[in-house]
Amino acid sequence: MKYKMAIINLNKKQFEKEIGKLDEKMQDRIAMFGTPIEKINNEEIQVEIFPNRPDLLSYQGFKRSFLTFLGKKTGLKKYKINKPKKDYKVIIDSSVKNVRPYTACAIVKSLKLNDEKIKELIEIQEKLHITIGRKRKKIAIGIYPLEKIKLPIIFKALEPDKIKFILLEMDREMSGLQILQRHPAGRDYAHLLAGKAKFPIFIDANKNILSMPPIINSQLTGKITEKTKDVFIECSGFDFEILKKCLNIIITSLADMGGKIYQMELKYKNIKITPDLTPEKAKISLENTNKLLGLNLDEKQLKQLIEKMGYDYNKGGVKIPAWRIDILHEVDLIEDVAIAYGYENFIPEIPDISTIGQENSKETIKRKIAEILSGLKMLEVSNYHLTNKKDEFTKMGISKKQEKDFIEVEESKTDYTLLRKYLTPYLLKNLSENIDSEYPQSIFEIGKVFKLQKEEINERENLAVAITPGNFTEIKQRLEYFLKMINVKIKIKEPEEFPLHFIDGRVAEIILGESDLMSKQMKVVGGDGRRKEKPNSETLNKRIGFVGEIHPKILKNWKIKMPVAIFEINLEEIFEKLG
Amino acid sequence: MEKIIESLSPNERKILPHLEEKKISEICKKSNLDQTSVLRALEYLQNKKIVNLSFKKKKIIEIGVNGALYKKKGLPERRLLHLLNEKRILKLQEAQKESRLSNDEFKAAIGALKKKAMIELKNQRIILNANKEEISKKILEESFIEVLPIEHDSLSPEQLHALKSLQNRKDIVRTKEEKIINIEVTELGKKAINYRIKEKDSIEQITPEILKKESQWKSKKFRRYDIVSSVPAINGGKRHFVNQSMDYARKIWTDMGFKEMTGNMIVSSFWNFDALFTAQDHPVREMQDTFFLDKKATLPDKKIVKAVKDAHEKGTTGSKGWQYEWDDEEAKRLVMRTHTTCLSSQTLAKLKEENLPAKFFAIGKNFRNETVDWSHGFEFHQSEGIVVDENADFRHLLGYLKQFFKKMGFEKIRFRPGFFSYTEPSVEVDVWHPEKKVWLELGGAGMFRPEVTIPLLGKHIPILAWGMGPDRIITDYYGIKDLRELYKNNITQLRKIKFWMK
Repeated sequence: MKYKMAIINLNKKQFEKEIGKLDEKMQDRIAMFGTPIEKINNEEIQVEIFPNRPDLLSYQGFKRSFLTFLGKKTGLKKYKINKPKKDYKVIIDSSVKNVRPYTACAIVKSLKLNDEKIKELIEIQEKLHITIGRKRKKIAIGIYPLEKIKLPIIFKALEPDKIKFILLEMDREMSGLQILQRHPAGRDYAHLLAGKAKFPIFIDANKNILSMPPIINSQLTGKITEKTKDVFIECSGFDFEILKKCLNIIITSLADMGGKIYQMELKYKNIKITPDLTPEKAKISLENTNKLLGLNLDEKQLKQLIEKMGYDYNKGGVKIPAWRIDILHEVDLIEDVAIAYGYENFIPEIPDISTIGQENSKETIKRKIAEILSGLKMLEVSNYHLTNKKDEFTKMGISKKQEKDFIEVEESKTDYTLLRKYLTPYLLKNLSENIDSEYPQSIFEIGKVFKLQKEEINERENLAVAITPGNFTEIKQRLEYFLKMINVKIKIKEPEEFPLHFIDGRVAEIILGESDLMSKQMKVVGGDGRRKEKPNSETLNKRIGFVGEIHPKILKNWKIKMPVAIFEINLEEIFEKLG
Repeated sequence: MEKIIESLSPNERKILPHLEEKKISEICKKSNLDQTSVLRALEYLQNKKIVNLSFKKKKIIEIGVNGALYKKKGLPERRLLHLLNEKRILKLQEAQKESRLSNDEFKAAIGALKKKAMIELKNQRIILNANKEEISKKILEESFIEVLPIEHDSLSPEQLHALKSLQNRKDIVRTKEEKIINIEVTELGKKAINYRIKEKDSIEQITPEILKKESQWKSKKFRRYDIVSSVPAINGGKRHFVNQSMDYARKIWTDMGFKEMTGNMIVSSFWNFDALFTAQDHPVREMQDTFFLDKKATLPDKKIVKAVKDAHEKGTTGSKGWQYEWDDEEAKRLVMRTHTTCLSSQTLAKLKEENLPAKFFAIGKNFRNETVDWSHGFEFHQSEGIVVDENADFRHLLGYLKQFFKKMGFEKIRFRPGFFSYTEPSVEVDVWHPEKKVWLELGGAGMFRPEVTIPLLGKHIPILAWGMGPDRIITDYYGIKDLRELYKNNITQLRKIKFWMK
């Protein structure tokens, strides 16, 4: 359920000056706003931002929403947007269509930047990249000093060898391909441009390259310093709507820092103007809200609550801030009403509905089996479902050529790379890791095993029992006792073929059935008085496993110095029979 | 006194008359018992205050395996000396060959003789320096070997010197620590020794023979046992402690009227993600986070696939959806389930309206592509439940949560806003840990989004859902710090670990 967390760091001094004292009550408010505190010390607090609220990923964005939540300034916050000046244009060349088709741009002026604020700017950019930007795949953001740029700007794609510019924090030119091969950011994000004939660039009217998204800015035209007052901002990617939202998140934060927002004219086939902070309109019904939350609010209360979350409300209509990306449905608004109401203020209630509880029948049978085996002084073990080839095959005496029917997981971060086909290897592993524990040892496991069967995945439940020191007689005694106790009849047969880890002549096939063949002719009447279908003959006489002594060469592979006897059976047939 | 005498075991009785013997070996001989039995009996007698035992440690020098051999054949230096006695001067190589000493032995012999200035080496030759008398005399080490075993404290300075030089060589001598037991018979003990024991009147172990005839036990005394003395431990069989706790969780759910869902661990992305409104570009759907298999599943019937596709692309009634092009190939990718919620989605798709209200739960293992350390693993447990009820609301969700966690043993509980892509509103559940005095994040909850319920049920019916990771509760209950311990399968630990007593 949990995904990668996004954490923002808030300066404690700034917080206390601009929001309020960080006492216990305030900390509680922060958690109840839906931004749990991860860490707090004398300098800073770290809060977690859930993925649905990228607009909270900067101090400015957090402050704006949190203050309304505290009831200080409720309702939709309005920003002045200036119309584009004459040359505030970005021309989108059709060549970007196959690489990175869209960009949303803005200019923010009159910023008073210092070290702190520059750091904040870089941080918001990075947080957005990692979260909604999906590591720059979906959105790449660039912020540039306007004074170094001659407008208008062109967004186009060029062959990599035609792209040459000095990268941020570097002193010499690199070409498009060199960037991907040599620059650290280039290597990190090379996969996003891999296989493209042309790479996208932003280039100004002086033919200076501003950047090569989604990789890196230029040192000349793409470096923000304390002297920078006005900035050009672009978000490039594949989905114009999300780019616009992302742009809104950035420019409103900059405006909160004191900047003035200017629109730009984007020359696509048709002209588009960004940014656009016009609130989206949606409906929220008092009835739905009360029904979903189990409350009895009146409209005035609803208005109060929803405005505490930064919306404007008027007669069932809601204006949604243009920087919110998470409002897809009325329920999203209703959740915000619940947050404003305070989760701590709801009175929990259990409704009076009657349902019958029921354990799954397989689980009942599994528990019974475990009880029977525990009665035989056996210990239940519990191993991973994932394993590796060495344990699954090599140590079990199966050569590379004979490895088959196994299922691998893709790109495992550990040596556990495939799903176990049976339980026996793990039981032997357990015994080999316990040679220092007191003998005799007897262990069992009930668990899922996986294999490919005619290209289909076969997932089933197995039971395996191992005893050491133990011989054929002893393991067969246990097998027969346990099956007798659950009233399942079997036949023990000389096998035609058997797994390689057993000793020839001391291994038997376990066949389900025998006396079932007799009862097949009998009429069977179910509890409801109706005739029941008998299990068909296919389930009868079916091999469900093997029992035998483990071959010394396998014991040697596992460094086990005691004789081991094992049985492993497929429980699915037994479930079917008993269930 | 009689009581004490009655309580003596046969072995204690046997050694009682011989307690004045100082050496254990003597007691063994006289009582005809082995050393272990004597020692144990002595300990029991001490418990009964018949003797006082005091222990002293003694260092004994014994002869080693090589030492024993050399005692018979002569030390290597002696053998070399014999050879030199005949030849006086010998090439090194020849000397080794003729002396038939191994490399190590030869080196040791040369070293030892050089140290005693009995030989010198010149131009790869050994020249004998010692005279006849010196040769015929036993060297220190030889005499030392002959007196072994000997107590370390009683060694003379020469013997100490010999010991030092021999200790550097392979297994000629060994040092052993021996416990010396000093037995002091107490006043009570002295009385006991003088007390006449009527052996045949007391019964030891009750046997079927004794029970056969009444006369065998009637009017006889049962020898009193030392009932406080420790007995050897035995081990029983039991379920794995994790599974014990899983059964406990299962009981809580069924007590609350929930029906169990089970299913495969390998599922399609469709059930694990798409049906739960997790967008196809969500990071959890990358190999980085989730185990995918290089295999495709078949999708369920077209109607439901279409409904899920619509929910993603343009939303359902009143929703905007994620607004992207939904790809059914992506939905077919098989994964190791990342949560048990994939069982809920499959159950809901089969649910019929006439069976409402309904409650379901699941317990099981889930997977994520993760490295293993003390707090993480690629397999983890999850337990979760859903309530499908036309009239359910958010307060009911909190009510169920409160009761559920109370049954789990957590009285104090707190709800915070949370986020899960398939629930809205969403809740994080914290429980108060009374000993650690902290809030622990233990579960997630919420009401399924209409984009989830409508495709699965055909219309929006409120569904309350919550889940939790039991692993944390198990480690807390057993005081386990490292999650890896849950699957270590250390037999000694499994034998010792307590039952889950809830």
